[in-house]
This record gives sequence, structure tokens and C-alpha cells, in this order.
Amino acid sequence: MAAIIEFKKVNKFYGDYHALKNVNLSIDEGEVVSIIGPSGAGKSTLIRTMNGLEGISSGVLEVDGYDLGDKKTDLNKIRRNVGMVFQHFNLYENHTVLENVMLAPRIVLHRDEKENREIAEKLLKQVGLLDKEDSYPRQLSGGQKQRVAIARSLAMKPKVLLFDEPTSALDPEMIQDVLDVMQSIAAEGMTMVVVTHEMGFAREVSDRVIFFDQGQVLEDSHNPKDFFEHPRNLRAQEFLSKVIYH
Amino acid sequence: MLSLLGANWSTFLLGFWNTILCSLISLFFSLIIGSGFAILETVPNKFWRAVAKVYVEIFRNIPLLVVTMVFYLVLPTYTPLKLTGFQAGTIGLSIYSSAFIAETVRSGIQSVGTGQMEGARSNGMTYWQAMRYVILPQAFRIVIPPLGNQFVNLIKNSSILAFVAGFDLMYQGDIVASNTFQTIPSYVLVGLFYLALTLPLSYYMQYLEKKGV
Repeated sequence: MAAIIEFKKVNKFYGDYHALKNVNLSIDEGEVVSIIGPSGAGKSTLIRTMNGLEGISSGVLEVDGYDLGDKKTDLNKIRRNVGMVFQHFNLYENHTVLENVMLAPRIVLHRDEKENREIAEKLLKQVGLLDKEDSYPRQLSGGQKQRVAIARSLAMKPKVLLFDEPTSALDPEMIQDVLDVMQSIAAEGMTMVVVTHEMGFAREVSDRVIFFDQGQVLEDSHNPKDFFEHPRNLRAQEFLSKVIYH
Repeated sequence: MLSLLGANWSTFLLGFWNTILCSLISLFFSLIIGSGFAILETVPNKFWRAVAKVYVEIFRNIPLLVVTMVFYLVLPTYTPLKLTGFQAGTIGLSIYSSAFIAETVRSGIQSVGTGQMEGARSNGMTYWQAMRYVILPQAFRIVIPPLGNQFVNLIKNSSILAFVAGFDLMYQGDIVASNTFQTIPSYVLVGLFYLALTLPLSYYMQYLEKKGV
């Protein structure tokens, strides 16, 4: 499989702070990759560089064939194919659920209105929220908002979906609904990169787990079950012992 | 007082009409100019942000009277541009008010939160599409109450026309007062005419705020 996201010696600085340190990472089409690690490790920074929400300071970052380090690259084109789901949902507060899903395909892709609606309703059905299509985001629970956000990203028919801690702001009983939706998307073959603290998801659903700390890839495993049982990196061992047996 | 009003009806009415006309024109242009500068104050480009900031700070911190005098006296002296009092006052008021409206709308845009912009951009929208469809509709809803205040201020400030012979309510009230020597009733009537404009506007704005548009 061809790489759709490729980091080559990528560095990112915030002033003096070295957030990403010489990151080399290649993600293939169709892979479901979980990125785990402690808070402040740079996981969010890493995933936010993948659709250009954060620029990189040096190195080469190619996503879907575009060079993100090049100032001339049209980020809007990349973002059509690379969706993102946020910790705090970021649904359009001034639009209904259905409009949230239909807006970008209409104004960015100029998708035919009837087709747009059909796709949007199909996606809302898939995430179990078709009955909420006329609601506004403020009327939804966190778990419902996140499922709408996922439908909104899927409506663009992206090649890659990025998830930045999609369940971290949710009540415990809402988390499973969102994870179930993510699992069903993974099963359909979507390329997914997921920054998460849900070890169950990382272990059971993803094809690959990356342990990220202090701005570096410390362990990269294509066998999640093996990784969780026998982490090789010392800090990964420490981290997992705290997370799993706390 | 009613007889005073009856006897000078047409004088008051002309002033009332000119005040309404000046207010509507200024409202229209200050809203457009102000919103434009508000948007400019929040763009990523530093140069344009600085340009907007300079505009806003200049016109927000100079008395309305001075701005108006520039158009009434200074421009006609040094340029071929000849403006009537009404025109000079209306332009001055539009520009002066636009600086305050810019600050009001800017605060609205900034209170929408970066998450909305990031959500829209990650969804493939351009900066301007995100502004148009996501940020500005929310920003304007947030600033309805302070914007209402600015509109009321604008109507009251239209009395600047009296200073440059703009035949507004205040100017006509002066005429009635000096012609009839009924100074106090004349100005009370002027005040009532202003209230007839500003009170309904205030209530309408409160209604919009409650309704949540």
C-alpha cells in the first residue's frame, strides 16, 4: 500500500519549545493508527500538522501527495480529502445538524443539492442521529455532537480521517457510542489516525499503535495486542502500567 | 406646547425627516464600513490588521465634531469638493460611528472562538467561506445588544448636523426656539421627537435579543 501521510525529519518549534523532534513516520492508505502517550507529549501537535492546522518548522511532510511544508501548497485542497474530528466537536453552532453535514459539500464541492441531502441523511442514519437532523448543536449531548461531527467529516468523502482525542470531552456512558461509530468506519476501510486515551480502541480496533512522547515516536507497533502486552520502550512500559492498572 | 407644535409643524417635520434620513444613511454606511474594518482587524495578515487598527483608533478617538468639520470646512478649502452641511455631517457621522461599530463587531467575531474556524477549515472551507457561513452569523447574533446601543448613539449623534446647518431636528428646534422665544418647550419637543426614534429602536433590539434571531 502507498503511503498517504509521510513525515521525514519533521521538526516543529513554538518559540524555543521543541514540540516535534525529528519525526519520521509513514502512514499507508487504509491503515487505522492510534497515537497514544502522556499529556503534553505533542500528540495533538502531530495530528494537527497533518491537515495544516499547525505548520512545520523543518523537514518534509507530504499528505495525499501535497507538500505541507511548501507555502504555495493550497491547504484547502488537502483539507477536502483529510477530515478532522476534534475533542470539542466544533460543530457550527448556527446551523442545524443536517446543515452541519451538508454545508461544506455544498459550498466547497458544489455537490448537487438532492444528492447532498441523500448522502447527509444516510450518514446521519449511520451514526444513529437521523431523528436529530433539525436540532441545533446546543440541543445535543456531547456524544451526539461528536457523532454529528464524524458524519460531517465523512460527508466530504475524505481519504483520511484525523481524530484528535475524540472521546476525551465525553461522559463515560457516551464514549462507547462514538467508539462504535469509529469502529464501523474503520471496518469500511477508511484511513484513520486517532490520538486517543482509549486503550481499548487502540488495542482492539487499530492496525497499528504509535507511542508518542516528548515530541518523538518512541515505539511504533503493527501488532497492537503484542504492544500492549510487551511494550519494548521503557517509557511506554511505564505509561501503560499507569494507564491500564491505575 | 401642543399649540407650539401645531404652529411650527412643518419646521419640526423637516428636521425630523432630515434626522431620520441622516440616521438611515449613516446607519447603512457605518454598518458596512464598520463590519469591513472589523473583519480586517481579525484577518491573519498583520499588515491589514494594522491598517484596520489605525483607522479605528483614529476615528474612535477624535470628537465627532472635529471629524465633521474636516468634511465641512477643511476639504472644501483645500479640494474642489463642496459639501452641504447635511452631506458633511452625514459623512462625518458615518465614519465616526463606523469606528465604534468596527470595535463592536470585532469583539463579536473574536468571541465566536477559534474552534469554529478550525472546524470549518478542516471541513475544506476557505477562510472567507468560514467567515461568511460560520463565524459572522454567530458574531452578529452576539453583538446585537451592543450594536443596538451604537445605533441609538448614532441617532442622537446626528444632532451634529445642527452645528453645520444640516437642517436636522436639533437645528430646526433652535430655529423654533429663537423665533418664538419658547425655548424650553421647543427643546422638550425636540427631545420627544428623538425619543420617538430611539425608544422603538431600543425595544426592537431587545425583542431581537430575546428572540435570539
